[in-house]
Amino acid sequence: MNYLDKLENKAIYIFREACSQFKSLGMLWSIGKDSTVLLWLARKAFFGHIPFPLVHIDTSYKLPEMITYRDRLAREYGLDMIVGQNVDALRDRQTFPDGNATRLQCCKALKTEALVNTINGTWPRRRMNHDTGQYEIDRSREPFTGVIVGLRADEEGSRSKERYFSARDNKSRWDVAEQPPEFWNQYKTDFAPGTHVRIHPILDWTELNIWEYIEREKIPTVSLYYNQGQGTRYRSLGCGPCTFPIQSQARGVSEVIAELQTGQLSNIAERSGRAQDKEDGGGLEDLRRGGYM
Amino acid sequence: MQEEILNLVIAGHVDHGKSTIIGRLLADTNTLPEGKLEAVRENCRRTARPFEYAFLLDALKEEQAQGITIDAARTFFKTDLRKYMIIDAPGHIEFLKNMVTGASSAEAALLVIDAAEGVRENSRRHGFMLSFLGIRQICVLVNKMDMVDYRQPVFDAIVAEYRAFLKQLDVEAVGFIPVSGREGDNIVARSARMDWYDGPIVLDQLDAFTPEARPENKPLRMPVQDVYKFTAHGDTRRIVAGRIETGRLRVGEEVVFYPSGKKSTIQSIASMSGETDQREAGSGWSVGFTLSEQIYVRRGEIATHTTCPRPHTASRLRASLFWLGREALQKGKKYLFKLGTARVEMEVERFIRIIDASTLEARALDQVERNDVAECILKLDQLTAFDLAADVPETGRFVIVDNFEISGGGMVLDVVEDRQAAISARAQERNTRWQTAISDEERAERYNQKPCLVLISSQSNNDLRKTAAKSLERKLFSEGKFTYYIGMANILYGLSADLARNGEEVHAEHFRRLAEVANLMLDAGVILVISARHISQRDMEILQADLIDRAADIITVWVGDEITSGLIPHLHIRAAEVDDAPERIKRYLQERGYIFRYRES
Repeated sequence: MNYLDKLENKAIYIFREACSQFKSLGMLWSIGKDSTVLLWLARKAFFGHIPFPLVHIDTSYKLPEMITYRDRLAREYGLDMIVGQNVDALRDRQTFPDGNATRLQCCKALKTEALVNTINGTWPRRRMNHDTGQYEIDRSREPFTGVIVGLRADEEGSRSKERYFSARDNKSRWDVAEQPPEFWNQYKTDFAPGTHVRIHPILDWTELNIWEYIEREKIPTVSLYYNQGQGTRYRSLGCGPCTFPIQSQARGVSEVIAELQTGQLSNIAERSGRAQDKEDGGGLEDLRRGGYM
Repeated sequence: MQEEILNLVIAGHVDHGKSTIIGRLLADTNTLPEGKLEAVRENCRRTARPFEYAFLLDALKEEQAQGITIDAARTFFKTDLRKYMIIDAPGHIEFLKNMVTGASSAEAALLVIDAAEGVRENSRRHGFMLSFLGIRQICVLVNKMDMVDYRQPVFDAIVAEYRAFLKQLDVEAVGFIPVSGREGDNIVARSARMDWYDGPIVLDQLDAFTPEARPENKPLRMPVQDVYKFTAHGDTRRIVAGRIETGRLRVGEEVVFYPSGKKSTIQSIASMSGETDQREAGSGWSVGFTLSEQIYVRRGEIATHTTCPRPHTASRLRASLFWLGREALQKGKKYLFKLGTARVEMEVERFIRIIDASTLEARALDQVERNDVAECILKLDQLTAFDLAADVPETGRFVIVDNFEISGGGMVLDVVEDRQAAISARAQERNTRWQTAISDEERAERYNQKPCLVLISSQSNNDLRKTAAKSLERKLFSEGKFTYYIGMANILYGLSADLARNGEEVHAEHFRRLAEVANLMLDAGVILVISARHISQRDMEILQADLIDRAADIITVWVGDEITSGLIPHLHIRAAEVDDAPERIKRYLQERGYIFRYRES
């Protein structure tokens, strides 16, 4: 087994544990490279099937290519696709692009609150109707008790503190200091009513591992990650107003890998193009304690 | 393709400098992402604090405020040879569960000891946990050598003390390195300030660790995770899925599932896109296969070959465990027991010993507190398949869930045989037949004491145990206690006269008879004193197994400077203190409530 095999097989094991132990399970799909690898791993774990819905939190500010890509893959793989959104904040224009909120306030409203209320079923969810290809209001409001998320420990400090199976209380809050232990491939699969567990199958993957795996498995990824001729590409995908492309000539996966290993990116943090991380000393950590992924 | 990643944990007592050493490793090898170093320096500037290497890891605000590592932060790092994932295990006692989480996935460990402070409580506790978790490659870093002027005698003394501690755990460190994280001595570059040291520096030692080998030459063990039958898109496969923990499996082989004992033959190995031409898979692979005959197997069963040694199936087992739960582990309470993919209810039937992992001293046998280590008999509510940890660790280790949280971990030492269950049943029947008009309580009130067995042992080549035992009997007798001393010879030449003197079987039978004598004497209400040479933990187990309902009433005492039998006694009395033995044992009996003490008020 090489190291990619080890990472892959551990992730598959975690997927199957989650599927067997959580009755109401969903997987967050942000359309980024990490959650797309996650989707691929899920199809491997369940032999071509995905026995739970995918959840996308749509801020309405995602780069348009991301939404097109999402719906194309959902149809192609026959995914049970659910979309959640903070409809009120968007209607009242309480957002950063509208000039009525800071970046962090905007993230909190459009991502954290939308995520928390979609998971617990408080807000309506829209579900793809595969006959029409359109999204319709879902009748089910059943809370998810297990949520699979594609976050990685090497992304930033607070994520390096995560467990594979990480408890969230009834308000989706994360108590970093009081996490139960996790060892010998045994995970937190028991939880109190009203709480849920975030499951992180690719926690120990690095950014480089993700790209190496994409290359090895020939996983389709959204074109925003590559230079289309303007000499720029996105390294990390988020909302348009807060995510900035980097200077890069990399036109494909192998060039991205070269850039990460020895080229211009080998010494620069991955989320350097994500503006909300910089607003105060621990912006992302505060968001994450409140329920952000 | 890149090289392998080796998982490395850094452990040790709080403030002994683990994070500083990692920060130094990252900085001095230029494996730090630019953004990270800048962010930390900027944060220090803003809060007007001097930059420290440890801040690189203590990425969370809360941590920096408290100045201690809360969780097992992961960092990645690279040498010319390979990549490392470094897990920074918190040294604070409150966060032992995080240390365990971090350390359990490690293949090697660096254990940091502060040269100025020396070996502390968590230096020992972490050493114990590393060995419990199964990490065999441990290198000790004696840090902050700059604080002791780089003096060799300080280093040598710590090496001697800690090596002796590890020896008790049957662990040998791969090396001891004098370092200074703050000054960078012997981390990435050899220090000119410690020319008396010529062993490997930290960077060399890291590359000398060997990656964990996949256990493929062991019997096949695949705990069943799930059985899938997807009906979507016309998929008719029925797939048994799981991860191969040890061994290999191949298409065409006959497999058997335990505890059900059902058999079938592997028809194909399944994949994402349908049937594959894959014919076999080895340990570490998460696989799925179809069977040629449809049998009903469930999650929690263990698949193995019909031709290889089978796992045990039992519902009572003897286990060694550590406890991290908020609430103490108690007898009689219901818990969840998870081993492999099995998940069953359990309770602790009895405690055999409870020890403090930082001192290796025995505690009272009432309950297991957070951070304690214990040996006990567990009773599962269902027949479960498992291995002994000594045979196949992968399927011999388990966790215990209390109040929705993993609260302890352990390994199976032995199956508690049906023979003992039968004896136990018979003994309980016998006890009811024995009932007399006088109850235990009445006897305790009459004699002003509760019966117990004081078992005094020493090395074979001295008589310290007899000296201590006789003077204890004399002391208790003269103070009006109902006591009786039995030397082993009393039994050897009487009750056991028909037994030959040597052999394992004979030895066990001899102890069984001793236990029967003790049963009678304890039932009569006596404080029984027995001296026996070189009592081992196994001897203790025979005694405990046969002393029904009184296993907790054995008090073990070792007399002599060094414990040579592996026994973990309640009291350890050194040779020079043998004259104090009667008084110390008496005080211990008072503390445990076997005899009473006047309170001065």
